Amino acid sequence: MELIEHLGLGLATAITWANLLYCLIGVFVGTLIGVLPGLGPTATIAMLLPVTFALPPISALIMLAGIYYGSQYGGSTTSILVNIPGEAASVVTCLDGYQMARQGRAGVALTTAAIGSFFAGTFATFLIAFFAPGLSAMALKFGPAEYFSLMVLGLVAATVLAQGSLLHAIGMVVLGLLLGLVGTDVTSGAQRFTFDIPQLADGIGFVVVAMGMFGLTEITRNLEREGSRSIIAKITSLMPTKEDWKRMVAPILRGTIIGSAVGILPGSGSILGSFAAYSVEKKVSKNSAQFGKGAIEGVAAPEAANNAGAQTSFIPMLTLGIPSNPVMALMVGAMIIQGIQPGPSVITEQPALFWGIIVSMWIGNLFLVILNLPLIGIWVRMIMIPYRLLYPAILVFCCIGVFSLKNTEADVYFMALFGALGYLFSKLDCEPAPMLLAFILGPLMEEYLRRAMLLSRGSPWVFVQRPISAVLLGLAVLAMLAVLLPSFSKTREEAFRE
Amino acid sequence: MIRGTKDFWTGLIYIFFGLSALIIGRNYPMGTAIKMGPSYFPTVLGGLLILIGIISLVRSFLKTGTPIGRFTFKGLALVVVSTVLFGLIVRGAGLVIALPVLVLVSASASREFRWVPSLLMAAGLTLFCIAVFLKGLGIPLPILGSWFGG
Repeated sequence: MELIEHLGLGLATAITWANLLYCLIGVFVGTLIGVLPGLGPTATIAMLLPVTFALPPISALIMLAGIYYGSQYGGSTTSILVNIPGEAASVVTCLDGYQMARQGRAGVALTTAAIGSFFAGTFATFLIAFFAPGLSAMALKFGPAEYFSLMVLGLVAATVLAQGSLLHAIGMVVLGLLLGLVGTDVTSGAQRFTFDIPQLADGIGFVVVAMGMFGLTEITRNLEREGSRSIIAKITSLMPTKEDWKRMVAPILRGTIIGSAVGILPGSGSILGSFAAYSVEKKVSKNSAQFGKGAIEGVAAPEAANNAGAQTSFIPMLTLGIPSNPVMALMVGAMIIQGIQPGPSVITEQPALFWGIIVSMWIGNLFLVILNLPLIGIWVRMIMIPYRLLYPAILVFCCIGVFSLKNTEADVYFMALFGALGYLFSKLDCEPAPMLLAFILGPLMEEYLRRAMLLSRGSPWVFVQRPISAVLLGLAVLAMLAVLLPSFSKTREEAFRE
Repeated sequence: MIRGTKDFWTGLIYIFFGLSALIIGRNYPMGTAIKMGPSYFPTVLGGLLILIGIISLVRSFLKTGTPIGRFTFKGLALVVVSTVLFGLIVRGAGLVIALPVLVLVSASASREFRWVPSLLMAAGLTLFCIAVFLKGLGIPLPILGSWFGG
């Protein structure tokens, strides 16, 4: 069967010593930043992008991917031990995980999270391997109108699934699109919004924006409230009891499926998956009364979901070239830097790259399950590093990293600007993620819009006349309507408030 | 009178950006729907942003929103200032001066700032960065900058 051949190619690519090493480095760094609150995968990947220039493309992408799904593993550690989510998606794990820790069952909680994540990761990897070729083949039939509508759907989904006010999120998307247009217009050659500043001729670098809004902004937000963290450092046994094993099976399965499905949707990645899995589990479980007081299902389901989601969020990026969340947007950027044009042709033109990444994701999950539990002592020590020592270091890496992109101080100034803007926006309930997504998609969307209009001789109806495009736009409208419905919006608010 | 401060300021900011896009965009040709000029998409987007801003502004008078919460002026100022300072002096003074400045200015934003650990950290980070970024990765940043003949 073709699938076996493909996986074989992927395996051969992924198990070279170099790629194994980069995978290991990636998941290790990922777990590390997942454990440390205040530094997320977006900022880290942005920081490491300049470093990946020097690496061969497959190794670079393997490492960056490892950082992303590794951070989902690490995030659960702080959630359980300190009641502070190391990662946005691990918020839900705090609810029951920390309670389990207080009952002396921290080890069991950590093991549950690891097992759930490993199972989910394996499942998701096979899901990708199975569906990706079909999706890519279908996408090859896409014309500019379809691509435009797909991006609209992606951006709408990003606003729907974003926290904070929906109206503000839409505004952030539009603002992101506008900022993405700064620079030289490829089609006409005109310089837009550059105010004759030469460093803006190529536009504002997305790494600069990412580091500003996800790095500097995060640091500033953490400076608002400094406090000590009390940590449950005593971890006794790691092994779950037989009763625990029985209880965690179904939640892991449900969490995996929910997480995989939600992760594909543009806009979320892993966060919404873990919320949804927790809510579903709570409704469905026989032990729902225990939720919030240390129910093992409350750890198993969301952890499986967030890992599954992290991996399936690669699907739109690898098959269609459309990023479904800021991390994927950065991966698209990384591919472009390496000279690879993301899109449906990647799977046929660069099969070693495609399948190598997929297989390495499974290998990475294996590393993580082996790494996380024995090394728990190290992670605990890392958590205890006071933030006041950590964030200047983060700032240093951001500054040097951003400078090294184009060797210009202007990028450092822009990063500071976006850091300030990002902080301002965050205080006003305006989420940065939709903006970054829109920022990267902006020029692309304009290009597809132009081409679609050219081909349709100026008729905007082309977007609904072509069936695939119409379906995509229809989904976007549905998503918007769903959010505006009072019942759904209440659920959404509740989910985020918890 | 203003019930939702977040909506109010967001509305103003969006209107500002939208208007800027429209006004600056007037310098470039609009083109037609078939052959869109450089100003077409920005104008559409700018208009949309203004609309959203107005809605937000109106809503701020009608709907009570949650208050803005703690705003750390000191933290924001120091993070921004330290970064900008780094950009200003890194080529002139070199990493050996710019990095400690960055570390110390930003660290001072913390309520628990103390000189000794911060100085130690500054020294350690500077050495680490010089080793990894300059020697290891070959990034063209001077250890001692042009003001000192580096």
